[in-house]
Amino acid sequence: MSDIALTSDAAHLRQGSSIGQPLTRRDGPLKVTGAARYAADNHPDGMLFAVLAVSSIARGRVLGLDVAAAKAHPGVVEVMTSTNRPPLAGDPEAKDSPFMFRMEVLQNDLVRYPQQPIAVVIAKTLEAATEGAFLLTPRYEAQMPRVGLDGAEVFVPDSVGVGKPSAMQHGDVEAGLGAASCRMDATYDTPAQYHNAMEPHAIVASWNGDTLSLDTPSQGMAMAQARLATLFGIRPGDIHIRSPFLGGGFGSKGLVNGPQVLGILAARLVGRPVKLVLRREQMYGPVGHRAPTRQVIRMGTDAEGGFTAIANHVRTATSTYDDFIEPAGDVAHTLYATPALATSHEAVRLDTGTPMFMRAPGEASGSIALESAVDEMAEACGMDPLAFRLKNYAEVEPASGKPFSSKALRECYAQGAARFGWWERPVRPRQMRDADGLLVGWGMGTATFPALMFAGNARATLRADGTGLVETGAHDMGQGAWTALAQVAADGLGLPLDRLEFRSGTSDLPDAGIAGGSAHMATVSTAIHKAGGEVIARLAELAMGDERSPLFGAGNMGVIARGGRLHRLDDEGRSETYAEILVRAGLSEIEGNGTGTADPAAQNAFAMHAHGAVFVEVKVDPEFGQIRATRVVGAFAAGRVINPRMVRSQYYGGMIWGVSFALHEHAVTDRRSGRIMNANLAEYHVPVNADVPSLEAILVEEHDPHVNPLGIKGVGEISITGTAGAVANAVWHATGVRVRRFPITLEALIEA
Amino acid sequence: MTLSISLTLNGTSEVIALEDPRVTLLDLLRERLHLTGTKKGCDRGQCGACTVLLDGRRTNACLVLAVAQDGAAVTTIEGLAMGGQLHPVQQAFIEHDGFQCGFCTPGQIMSAVGLLAEGQAGDDPERVREGMSGNLCRCGAYAGITEAVLDAQARMTDDQRDAA
Amino acid sequence: MNTFEFLRPTTIAEAVAAAAVPGAAYHAAGTNLLDLMKGGVMRPGRLVDVNRIPGLDRIEHAADGGVRIGALVRNADLAHDALFAQRFPAVAEALLSGASAQLRNAATVGGNLLQRTRCPYFYDADSACNKRAPGTGCDARGGENRLHAVLGWSDACIATHPSDFCVPLAALGAIVEVVGRDGARDVPLNGFHRLPGHAPERETALAPGDLVVAVRLPAESAAFASHARYLKVRERTSYAFAVVSAAAALRMEDGRIAEARIALGGVALKPWRAEAAEAALADARPTEDAFRQAAEVALTEARPSGDNAFKIELARRIVARALLLAAAGTPERIPALPASPFASAPGGLVHV
Repeated sequence: MSDIALTSDAAHLRQGSSIGQPLTRRDGPLKVTGAARYAADNHPDGMLFAVLAVSSIARGRVLGLDVAAAKAHPGVVEVMTSTNRPPLAGDPEAKDSPFMFRMEVLQNDLVRYPQQPIAVVIAKTLEAATEGAFLLTPRYEAQMPRVGLDGAEVFVPDSVGVGKPSAMQHGDVEAGLGAASCRMDATYDTPAQYHNAMEPHAIVASWNGDTLSLDTPSQGMAMAQARLATLFGIRPGDIHIRSPFLGGGFGSKGLVNGPQVLGILAARLVGRPVKLVLRREQMYGPVGHRAPTRQVIRMGTDAEGGFTAIANHVRTATSTYDDFIEPAGDVAHTLYATPALATSHEAVRLDTGTPMFMRAPGEASGSIALESAVDEMAEACGMDPLAFRLKNYAEVEPASGKPFSSKALRECYAQGAARFGWWERPVRPRQMRDADGLLVGWGMGTATFPALMFAGNARATLRADGTGLVETGAHDMGQGAWTALAQVAADGLGLPLDRLEFRSGTSDLPDAGIAGGSAHMATVSTAIHKAGGEVIARLAELAMGDERSPLFGAGNMGVIARGGRLHRLDDEGRSETYAEILVRAGLSEIEGNGTGTADPAAQNAFAMHAHGAVFVEVKVDPEFGQIRATRVVGAFAAGRVINPRMVRSQYYGGMIWGVSFALHEHAVTDRRSGRIMNANLAEYHVPVNADVPSLEAILVEEHDPHVNPLGIKGVGEISITGTAGAVANAVWHATGVRVRRFPITLEALIEA
Repeated sequence: MTLSISLTLNGTSEVIALEDPRVTLLDLLRERLHLTGTKKGCDRGQCGACTVLLDGRRTNACLVLAVAQDGAAVTTIEGLAMGGQLHPVQQAFIEHDGFQCGFCTPGQIMSAVGLLAEGQAGDDPERVREGMSGNLCRCGAYAGITEAVLDAQARMTDDQRDAA
Repeated sequence: MNTFEFLRPTTIAEAVAAAAVPGAAYHAAGTNLLDLMKGGVMRPGRLVDVNRIPGLDRIEHAADGGVRIGALVRNADLAHDALFAQRFPAVAEALLSGASAQLRNAATVGGNLLQRTRCPYFYDADSACNKRAPGTGCDARGGENRLHAVLGWSDACIATHPSDFCVPLAALGAIVEVVGRDGARDVPLNGFHRLPGHAPERETALAPGDLVVAVRLPAESAAFASHARYLKVRERTSYAFAVVSAAAALRMEDGRIAEARIALGGVALKPWRAEAAEAALADARPTEDAFRQAAEVALTEARPSGDNAFKIELARRIVARALLLAAAGTPERIPALPASPFASAPGGLVHV
C-alpha cells in the first residue's frame, strides 16, 4: 500500500496499491501483435494518398513546377501548389506566442530551407503519388545559402528556450576568474541533430462539412486543436484528433507542423480523406531539429578546488524566419556552487528549418559541454572528477539562491559510483587496458532536468457497478503513460486496477496539456488525482449524510477509500462499497474533475529539479580510434516513481541518446548547397543494439513534498544529460585526448 | 498491366492481383491488404522496422518487389500468435519491456524469430546484440530486446524455434 | 519510382537478350536496385528478373580446394556454408560484417559485386556527379568528403566501393564468370571494377546485357585458410559501411611467410589489392615491423581527395593489424562481432 499525501484541497484520503508497481505495459499485447494503430495505419473509405514534393535548394524561390507531367502520370488525381491550395483563415506566419511557430504551407513560392514542402501530389496509389512528386521537376532561382555558426551575422536574441532571458549574471565572473588559483578556458562544439523518431510524421485527414477528423501523432492535441482552428477558421471542438499511439516524438510531434496542415489542405482540395506520410529524408527539415552550438566555457577555482567563477557563452543558430534558441547555457544555473556565474547566448540565422524542442533542449547540448569543462577543471586541480563535483555540490540553486525542493544527488553519486566501481579509477588518463589491449576509460557526468508542470485536466467517474472511469486527453509516445496514468487513476479512486477503465489519446477528452518538458506525468497525475479526490469527496458526502450507511456521521473524522470501499477513519471495520452507496442513492454514476498545474507559491520558494549521476566505461582501439561505450551506469532521483519498469526504460533510452550525442549523431550539411548530405538512417547514425552492451539504471529513492501532491518529477529527458558528458570524459580518460567537438570522430583521436 | 501473384500469407493461400509492378511487399501488406502491423520506418532498408519472414527468412519488406514473390510464403507480425496465444518471443518482449513506443516492435519481433530460426547466435548476448543490430530502436529499448530474445530462446523448444 | 516492364526469363540467353537494351537493369534480390530507384538515381524502364534462371544458386566445392559460387547464392547462405567458412574464413567474416542480417538474407553474391557507391553526391540527384550524370562535375570534391577515396581516384570522381565481400575476394584472386551476347568469359575480380579515370560512369568491365553467373575462388586461394582475417573500422559497432577495411591472408611455411595476400576496402572505387606490399612480405618473418613496413608500401600511392588524409594513416594501421591478426591464426569460430576491433582476440594481445 502507498499512502498518498494530499495537498489541502482534497477532503478525504485514498489508499491504493497500484502506484509503485512495476507493471508491464497495458498496451503491450497490442504493440507486440501489431494491433496498435498508428496514424499511417488508417484507411478510411475513399482515401487518397498524398506525397510531399520538397525543395532541393536551401534558399530562393520556386520558379516553376511541371504540374502537367505529374498529373499525366496514371493514378495522380491532383497537384496542390501555392496557386491552387484552399485558402487558410489564419496566417501560418503569425506568431502570437513563443509556442507558435511559423510554417510553410504553400503560402508563396519562397524557399527557406532544403526539404521545405513545395507541392503536394495526391493520387489513388502511393506509387503514383510518389512518382508524381518526382515528375514535378522543380525549377528554382537559388541563392547562396547561409551555413554554419560562422555563416551569418550574429545577433543577441530577446529570449532563449521558452521566454527565458538570453543572459544572466550573478556575482562578478571576471573578478572570480582573476582571483582563481586554477583556470580553464575551452570551446565546445555540438552538432545539428534530428529527432528521427522511428515513426515518420503522418496524418490521415477527413473533412465532413466543417468538421475535421485527424489521425496523427501528437504530443499536444489540445494545442493542435487551437492552432488548427485558427488556421482553418473552424471551432476547436469540431477538430477530432486521434493519437492513441505515437511511434516516438522526442519533441518533434509537440506542435502542429507544415506537413500536417498540408495533409488537411489536400483533403479539403480533393474532397476526400487523404493520408500524407513523410519520407525519411523529409524528416530532416520541416519538423524541427536541434541546432548546433558553440560554447565558450571559462571556469576558475580556489586552491582547494572550489569554484570561484563559471561562465558559458553560447552561440547557436535559428532559421531565417523564426526563433528557437537552444538554451545551452542554462544548465549551469542549477548544478555547481559558485559565487559568480554568467551565461549568455547569441545566434545566427541560417537557411535551415526552424529548430525545435529536441529531447532535453538546451540541457543536452549544455550538459555535454559543462560536464566536459568540469572534468577539465578537475584535472587542472589534480582532483578526481567525482571528488571535485562533491566539493562543489550546490546546497542551494546557484543562479537563484533558492533551496531545492528535494535533491538526492549525493545518493545518486554514491550509489552510482559504488555500482560502477568508480573509486578504483586511476586519476591519470591512458592508464587502463583490457586483456585484448584496448584502451579503457572511465568518465562521469552529473544529470539534471527541471521538474516542470504544465496545465492539464482529467475527469473521473464512479459507476454504480463499482467500476471507475478516468478520462484525459494525454499522450503516450513510449514513456508508458497509458500504464502509469492508469495506476495513478486506480489509486486516485481507491480501486484495484482491474476495476478501472482508462481512456486517453484523443482530443475529445479533457485537455491534458502537452507531453513535453518531462512534465506530462506530473501534470496529468495531479489532475487525475484531484479528479479522483473530487469523486471520492462526493461519494463520501452521500454516505456520511445517509443514516442507512455505516459511514453516517463520520464527517468529523473523515473516511478512507480503499479497494472499492469507503471506511470510517475512526473505525475502519465499518465500511461499504462504492456500488452500495450509489445504488442506495439512486445514482448511476458520479463525476469529478481535476486540474493539475504548478503551484506558483511552491515554485517561487523552491528550485525544482530531478538529478542523477552517470558513469560510463568506454573502450577505444588505440590505433583506429573506434570507440564503444561498454558500460553505462546511471543513478537518478526523480521523486516518486509510479512504475519503476517504465521509468527504468526511460532512463535507458535517455542514456542511449547520451551515448549517441557524444559519439554518433551529426547532420552533415554541404556548405555550397546548404543541403543535408546524410538525410537518411544509414549515414545519420543512431546507436544500434551492439553499441550499448551494458546499461544499468538505479532508481534512487527521493521524496519531494513540494513539487506536486504526488511528488512526481519527470524522467523522460534527464538521462541524456550527464551521460553525454560522461562518455566524452571517459574517452579522455581512455586516451588522454580531450575532444571538444561532438560527435567524437576517428580522426579526432588519430590526428591528436 | 495486371500481374497476379500467389502468396502463402500467414499460412493462408492468397491470389493477389497487382496492377503496378512498383508495389513493394511492404506497401502491398500495408496499403492494399491493410495488414498494418508491419511498419515503414525508412523505406530504404536502413532501419528494419519492416522486417517480415519471407520463405522463413527475416527480410526487409521495403526492398522486396511484390511482383517477384509469386509462390512465396510470407509471415507477418499478425501471423505470429497461435490460436490467440502469444508467441514466446512476443510474451518475452512484454515481460522484459523490450519496447516503448512500439513502432519498431513488430520488426524487432519478426527479426528475433528469424534470428532464433537461424540458430547462429546461441545464448551469447553479444551474438544476439549483433544479430539484432539491423533493427533500429530510437526509444532505446535494446537492453530489454536482448533479454527478451535470450529468454524466449531458453523457453522455446527446437520445433518452435525452427518453425519460422 | 518509375513504372517498368518486369520480365522473368528462364534461361541465361533470354536474360542477356532482354537486358542488352538501354534502360534495362537486372533484378536479383533488388536490395541495391530498389534503393537506387527509390532515390531517383536509377530509373530503368525494364527490370530483368533473374531468379527463375536455374543453376545459379549453387555453391560447388572443388576437390582441389577451389570453389564456384553461383551469382544467386544469398550472402547469408554463403557465409553460413560450413565448408566455405572453413576454407575461406576471411570471406565469411567479411560477409557477416556487412549490412544487417535481413539484407544478408536477401542480397546475392552477384548483387554484392555490382552494388554501387554510397557517395552522398551520387545519391543526391541535385548534386553534380560524373558517375550518375557524365560531364556534370564532382560535387564531392570540395564537399563533405571525409569518407571518400584516397587511392585510385581522379578529378572526375572520388567515390569508394562499399563492399566488404569483395575485399577478401580480391585478395584471394577471385574470378568472375560472365555470360554476355558474345558468350561466356572469365574476368578477374581485379579487373572487374574500374577506377574512375575520366569516365566514372563506366563502373565495371561489363557490356550491356552481361550477366554475372558465378564467382570462383581458385584452388591456390584455399591455402590461406589457417591465417586469414578481415577487419573493418566503422563509426558504430555494427550496421555501418567501412571507413577503411582490410583483408589479410598468409600462407606460412616453417615460421616464415611463403605468400601474403592483402586487399583494402573503403579506400578506392574498387577493392584495392596491394601486390607490392604482398611482395615485400615474401619469405619474411611475421613480425610487427615487417607488417608495418608492408602497410607503408600498400599505401605509398595514397593521396587525400579532400578532408580524408586521416584515412591514409588509418589504412596503414588496419593493414598492419589485419596482418597481425592473420598471423595469430584464424579463430575457430567467427567472433560475435565479425571483423570488429572489439572482437575478442584469440591468442591474446593484438592491440599494442
